[in-house]
Amino acid sequence: MLRVENLRKRYRTGDEALKGVSFSVPAGEVVGLIGPSGAGKSTLIRCVNRLVEPTDGNVFLNDLNITQLGRGDLKRARRRIGMIFQEFALVERLSVMENVLSGRLGYVSFWQSFTRRFPQADVDKAFALLERVGLSDHADKRADALSGGQRQRVGIARALEQDPELLLIDEPTASLDPKTSRQIMRLITEICRERNLPTIINIHDVPLAQAFVDRILGLQDGELVFDGPPSELTESVLTRIYGEEDWTTMRGDQDDGEDGRSARLIKEAPAELV
Amino acid sequence: MPIKKSEAGAPVWMHRTPKTRLLMWVGWLALVALFVFCWQVMTKDTIWYFVADAPRQAADIGSRMFPPKLDYMNELWGPLWDTINIATLGTLLAIVMAVPVAFLAARNTTPSIRFVRPVALFIIVSSRSINALIWGLLLVAVIGPGVFAGIIAIALRSIGFIAKLLYEAIEEIDETQIEAINATGASAMQRLDYGITPQIMPAFAGITVFRWDINIRESTVLGLVGAGGLGLKLQASINVLAWGQVTTIFIVILVTVMISEWVSAKVRHSLI
Repeated sequence: MLRVENLRKRYRTGDEALKGVSFSVPAGEVVGLIGPSGAGKSTLIRCVNRLVEPTDGNVFLNDLNITQLGRGDLKRARRRIGMIFQEFALVERLSVMENVLSGRLGYVSFWQSFTRRFPQADVDKAFALLERVGLSDHADKRADALSGGQRQRVGIARALEQDPELLLIDEPTASLDPKTSRQIMRLITEICRERNLPTIINIHDVPLAQAFVDRILGLQDGELVFDGPPSELTESVLTRIYGEEDWTTMRGDQDDGEDGRSARLIKEAPAELV
Repeated sequence: MPIKKSEAGAPVWMHRTPKTRLLMWVGWLALVALFVFCWQVMTKDTIWYFVADAPRQAADIGSRMFPPKLDYMNELWGPLWDTINIATLGTLLAIVMAVPVAFLAARNTTPSIRFVRPVALFIIVSSRSINALIWGLLLVAVIGPGVFAGIIAIALRSIGFIAKLLYEAIEEIDETQIEAINATGASAMQRLDYGITPQIMPAFAGITVFRWDINIRESTVLGLVGAGGLGLKLQASINVLAWGQVTTIFIVILVTVMISEWVSAKVRHSLI
């Protein structure tokens, strides 16, 4: 259970990125956070684990008030919050296994992590997670040898290796092709439901969000302007979040594009050429 | 602005404004004037008789330098070994001292931008501003002639070089990888180990091997000021006008530098 109360962030430049945001996410619920670029989506999820320091407000993970913690306690709290990034943010020159095991850094001593002698239980868990995300053959490869979709799977495994009680996901599909995006979103939502994790996903792709998440929050200029199920995300709501645009075109493409018109065109093309 | 309106109202684009063109023309004129002035200063004390004589003198020394006295090699193995040791040990010593300095100088890892960073930068600048030969001259006076003075001279000169290039590499790392390591609850030392070190390893390997390669060359001349190695033999041979020996030393230096360049290229290639 995550509870955010009246969260504010004002950057030193004077920009007010968050203007008092409140919401809560019960265990097992996958929440999609949508909004235009610059609305404060990244700032919001980074304020939860304090990679960005909030100016005011409270963040409760279960009963722990994260905003009140000192440095040492914050590190211990971060171990319980898994994070997945837009550009994967893997350590490119380390192996897949080292990247997954880096999820345990908060739990082991410096010496254990420096000599790469992680407890066997951690290694077993890493193998199990790589199996779960479909990368069991790649444990020994360097992270930069993998494709985008594979890297994001490593990012997911690293976050889960932490045994998180909360997942924060920042634009997981922005660097991926449409098919891989769907696979990754499916994997993330499945895992969150398996483990009963509260999850926030920042996402630009509205149809993709509607297809996979349980609930949508709309952020506009630092304020929540929508909170409801994906089915209630009507054109007037989209206009409130993003501004004036012809939303029907986007939805029309979405409906036909999957296995309809565009796929047929490709198949028919050779016949016409002959 | 280089974009203006023509009389017909259409926009006209020029690479430079008339003012910039004038300034550039003045700049070039000043450069030419400076060149002419420097040429006059430079040639004021030149004795043209010697210049005219130069080809004959060069041919004379050249003829004395051939054939190289190859059996002199037997005396060169020791100094050659010293030279390689000066370069290698000096580089290692420099690495040990330069790595902490680099982390203190890099904006994103220094404990304090206002107090610690300027100190680290000052160490770097003072090390870089003095040539290894001058360091050698000072150190031979302080700790006496020999290989040890050479090692310290090379190390002191190399600290600045390695630390400067390394701190620039540290400042260019990808911060999102650090952010991801932070998000796992890692400590500062673990962040260094998992987030920063893997990212700077290629640069580190390239920089140190390149510096070692430079140091081989620098240590061949350090002997000129008494700091051991091939330079000692070079000076001795020039002093007694044994030009055949000088040629042999040149050949040895050339071959050594070629080998060190080959080694550094190989190492860099395999590490990146």
